Amino acid sequence: MNLYTYASPANFYHLAGKLIPWFAWSAGLLTVWGLYISFFLAPTDFQQSEAYRIIFIHVPAAWMSMFIYLVMAFWGAIGLAFNTRLSFMMARALAPTGALFTFIALWTGALLGKPMWGAWWFWDARLTSELILLFLYVGIIALWAAIDDVKRGDRAGSLLTLIGVINVPIIYFSVKWWNTLHQGSSINLTKAPSMAAIMLQGLLVMAFAGWLYTIAVTLVRVRRIILERERHTDWAKAILEAK
Amino acid sequence: MEWASWSEFWHMAGYGLYVWGSYAVTLAAILIEVILLKRAGTDTRRRLKRMQQWEEQ
Repeated sequence: MNLYTYASPANFYHLAGKLIPWFAWSAGLLTVWGLYISFFLAPTDFQQSEAYRIIFIHVPAAWMSMFIYLVMAFWGAIGLAFNTRLSFMMARALAPTGALFTFIALWTGALLGKPMWGAWWFWDARLTSELILLFLYVGIIALWAAIDDVKRGDRAGSLLTLIGVINVPIIYFSVKWWNTLHQGSSINLTKAPSMAAIMLQGLLVMAFAGWLYTIAVTLVRVRRIILERERHTDWAKAILEAK
Repeated sequence: MEWASWSEFWHMAGYGLYVWGSYAVTLAAILIEVILLKRAGTDTRRRLKRMQQWEEQ
């Protein structure tokens, strides 16, 4: 038994089924912990008062929106390069949750923007590129839904995903490259974060919870896709008959 | 603890609408995703099973 065993949809289907509850429960527990930090441990911000507490969902959601896209592009690239079935299924399973987090990032951003800048929306480089990310997700999902031929759909959707990857560094560096209204990043890989340690901890816990949630729902979704595509195999027939 | 009372907590120094509007919509969006996922799961199983019975005839 080696790692490649799980590249087979049948084995992965069973493994995913066992893992889902673990990811779901740990996502729930981390969310509770993260919310506790966000509302009860993190102090009031001296500039943004209590409104800043929105960042505990806004920032992790924005991170997730970009990261899920990169993971989706990774699976798409693997699928295109090696023609592995499971990779395309993973890419398809990730997209809706990526779109969800992009929407949450934009929505909470608007609710933070209104009290802080006086407007729900600005055509600022950061906001615009994040909106383009939402359109990319929706476009890719629509493309997949529109092409009946599974193999052609997989390839077309993944190709569009790869073209859209260019947008991710644009979002990330937009606050540096352009003079944006959106504030610069407070957390960098190169220098110490410019915020209280407890706030940073809250953001990281929420981001981690977001990851576990994403893994859980993606696995649920990929299992459905596997069952659908493998319905003519003996193992899938056995599962369908058992239910 | 940051809050003197629950009403202060819900008030969020006057930003209650923005803070709770953010958290409520996020919660709703996640709940919708989970519900749709559950429904899609049972729908797919039902449909595949029907197709299977059909093909066996």
